[in-house]
Amino acid sequence: MDNAITTESLTKRFGTFTAVDRLTIEVKRGEIFGFLGANGAGKTTAMRVLCGLSKPTSGRAIVAGHDVAARPDSVKRRIGYMSQRFSLYGELKVWENIRLYAGIYGTPSARIKERSDALLRELDFEEGRDKLVRDLPPGWKQKLAFSVAIFHEPEIVFLDEPTGGVDPVTRRQFWELIYRTAGRGITVFVTTHYMDEAEYCDRVSIMVDGRIAALDSPRALKERLRVATVDDAFKMLARGDASPLYTNN
Amino acid sequence: MNMATVEIDGIVKRFGTVEALRGVSLSVSRGELFGLIGPDGAGKSTLLRVLATLLPADGGKARVEGMDVEKEYRQIRPRVGYMPARFSLYPDLTVEENLQLFATVFHATVEENYALVREIYEHLLPFKKRRAAALSGGMKQKLALCCALIHAPSVLFLDEPTTGVDPVSREEFWRVLGALKRRGITILVSTPYMDEARLCDRVALVRAGRFLDTGTPTEIVERHGRMIWAARGHDMPALLADLRAHPFVESCFAFGDWHHATPSPGASLARLREAMEALGHREVEIRETPPCIEDCFIRFASCQA
Repeated sequence: MDNAITTESLTKRFGTFTAVDRLTIEVKRGEIFGFLGANGAGKTTAMRVLCGLSKPTSGRAIVAGHDVAARPDSVKRRIGYMSQRFSLYGELKVWENIRLYAGIYGTPSARIKERSDALLRELDFEEGRDKLVRDLPPGWKQKLAFSVAIFHEPEIVFLDEPTGGVDPVTRRQFWELIYRTAGRGITVFVTTHYMDEAEYCDRVSIMVDGRIAALDSPRALKERLRVATVDDAFKMLARGDASPLYTNN
Repeated sequence: MNMATVEIDGIVKRFGTVEALRGVSLSVSRGELFGLIGPDGAGKSTLLRVLATLLPADGGKARVEGMDVEKEYRQIRPRVGYMPARFSLYPDLTVEENLQLFATVFHATVEENYALVREIYEHLLPFKKRRAAALSGGMKQKLALCCALIHAPSVLFLDEPTTGVDPVSREEFWRVLGALKRRGITILVSTPYMDEARLCDRVALVRAGRFLDTGTPTEIVERHGRMIWAARGHDMPALLADLRAHPFVESCFAFGDWHHATPSPGASLARLREAMEALGHREVEIRETPPCIEDCFIRFASCQA
C-alpha cells in the first residue's frame, strides 16, 4: 500500500486511437521513476491522466492515494508538475512567482514567507529574489521552476522533460536536486530524452505504441537485453528489435 | 579561388543590454556538416538568424555563398533553407498544403524537387491531409525539414532540429542529414545534445555568445580533454559525494551509469579505489577513459565560472 502511483489497465482512447493501452504499473513512494518512450508513444497522454487533467477511458489509477477519475482535484492538490515548456511567469519577480504558486496551492502567507526565504537560501539565490524571471539564465529558471513545483510539499512531482536544452553542468546539478527531493520522500516521476539521465533513475519504464514494453531498474534492464546502456535498450525496444519484456496481462 | 560557403567574421549582436553574440568568426566549406553545440541562451539561434538574413547584426560581416547577408539578402534567400527552433509552419494548413506553399513562395514546385525530400516525406504521406497543428512533435520536425528543403537550397540552417526528439528519431534525423550532405548541401545545425557533436564534420562549442573552440570533434577532445577516471559502485549518489571530497579528484560529475572524475596531478587510481572501498563502497570499478565532447564542455564551463 506504500505506492505513490498504482495503475490497473489504465487506458485512454481518442476515437479509434488507443493512446494508452492497459497501463499497469506501481511506483513506490520516494522512488525516482523514469517514464521513457519515443515521441508519440503515449507518455504525455498517460502523464495527463495521472495528473488528473484527462479522464481515463477505462481502467484505474490511484495517485497520491486518490482515484484520478473520481477525485481529480484531490490528486492535483497532492502533486507537483513542471515541464520545460510551461514553467514560470517571466514578467513576475522571483519572489512573486513563488508567492503566486504557493498561494494557488493554499499555503498560508506567513508560511510562504518563511519557506521562500529558506528556499532561496538553499538554492544560494538570495540575491535573485527581486529579479524578473525573464532575466534569469535558463539554468536558474529551471531550478527555480522545480523548487516552485515542490514548494507545497507534494507527495509526487511530475517532471516532463525538465532538462531540455540546459547546459551539461546545470543538467547535472538539476539531477542532484532531484536526488535530494527523492531523499526527502517525494516521489519523482520524470520523462526525458537524455538517456544518460535514465541511468540515474531507480527504475525506468519504456513505452512503445501506448504500452509498457519494459519496466525495471536500469541495471536489470541492461542485463536482460545484454546491452551496455539504457540508450541501447531504448533503441532496441522502440524499434521493435527486442520483444517486450513486460506484459500487463 | 576557394570560397567558403559560409563566412562569418566578428559577428556581434545585442538585444538591449544583453550581448547575444560577442564577436564570433567561422568559415564553413561546401558540403560540410557543421554543428553549433551549446546550451539554450548560448547565441546559436541568433547566429543562425543572422545567417538566414532574418536579423541584422550589430557588428562584423557574414557572407553566405559569397554574398553579404545584409546587402545581398534577396539573392541569398532562395539559396538557403532555414528551419527555426520553434515550430513555424502554418498550423491550419495540411501537411501537403504547407509543403506546396513553401515551394510556391520560392517559385519552385514540389514535383521538381521531390527527390530531395522523398526519404523524409514518405513518413508523412499517411498524414498528408492532416492539419500541421495536429501532428506529433517528431512529425512536425520532419515536415519543417521538408519545407526548408523543397526549393532545393544549397545551404541549410537548422536550429535545434532534434530538441525534444526521442533517441530513435534523433538517429533517423541525423541519417537524413548525412544523406543531404552527400548531395553536396552545406549544413549548419545547432544542438544542445553534446553527443551529436560526433556526427558532425566540425563543430563550434558555443557558450555565452562566444565560440569556446572550433574543430573536428577529435581535435577538440585532443586539445582540451584530459583523461577521465570513470567510476561506479553500488551506491552512485554517495560515491559521487565521496569522490568529490577526495583530494585525488579535481572535479566529478555524473555521466550516465558512470561518474566522470578529473584526477588531480599525481593521483593514483588504485589508491582512490582503495579509499572508496574503505568508505564502505562495494563493487567499486574505476577505469581510465578518454574524454568526450561533453567532458570538454564541462571543463570549459568550470574553468570560466
